[in-house]
Amino acid sequence: MHISRKTRESAEVSTASMPDIIFMLLIFFMVTTVMREFEGLDVLVPKAKMIEKLESKRNTAYVWASNNGSVMVDDHLVNMKDLRFIISSKMQKRPKTTISLRADQNASMETITSIHTELRNAYALKLSYSAKTQE
Amino acid sequence: MLSKPRRELGGFSSSSMADIAFLLLVFFLVTTTISMDKGINLVLPQPEDTEIAIPPQNITNILINQAGKILMNDKVVQVRDIAREADRAIKQRGFTPDGKQIMIFSVKPHAHTKYDIYIQVLDQLKVAGAQKISIANPDES
Repeated sequence: MHISRKTRESAEVSTASMPDIIFMLLIFFMVTTVMREFEGLDVLVPKAKMIEKLESKRNTAYVWASNNGSVMVDDHLVNMKDLRFIISSKMQKRPKTTISLRADQNASMETITSIHTELRNAYALKLSYSAKTQE
Repeated sequence: MLSKPRRELGGFSSSSMADIAFLLLVFFLVTTTISMDKGINLVLPQPEDTEIAIPPQNITNILINQAGKILMNDKVVQVRDIAREADRAIKQRGFTPDGKQIMIFSVKPHAHTKYDIYIQVLDQLKVAGAQKISIANPDES
């Protein structure tokens, strides 16, 4: 007696649409990626509860302030008196810029208030103190 | 009968397309930094802002000294109590009759105050829902 074998059903997922899926993911990541421009100073930002997200990464300028009072903008250590010109030229390029101040938690308020004064003089009035979520 | 000229295959092989796309995908996956930019937002006043006289009952003065001790309306407070005190101040005398918040919190740090304490104070004020926070420059000393 001859027993016919069952025809095996193909159990494989069709891979024909894989390139499309990958392309979709690729486009998503391409659109969302903003290259990190600068490394900045090594700072330990303070922790806070009521933190808000910044509106857009493209409209953000970063200012680093370390605990020994050095200030860095765009990978350059700057003098306090030059900060105003650097920031105001940034404000001219993108008037909606928010300044994200990444200051070390041990920085003294002397540094921070001088930064405040310079930012005000450069008309960079939107400020965000970078902070981490408090657990 | 004329035979049609044989058309050569013009298309390129698309079998490696998936691999190329994969490679690009991995590249973008690796370079993407999920935005970690979060912080306490504050709007600074205009540089030529003149001082406006504000009735003293609408101001809460917060002084921070260099040791991180906090004086709030001439009373020593702990950092964790600021939110409660500020909330009380807003509820008691922080509103105009039409419900606008007018309580101003004037934070005045010392030049040698640590930034961390200052941020904690601001954070506590934000927890209390303070809308008007003013930063006073430290006295020269």
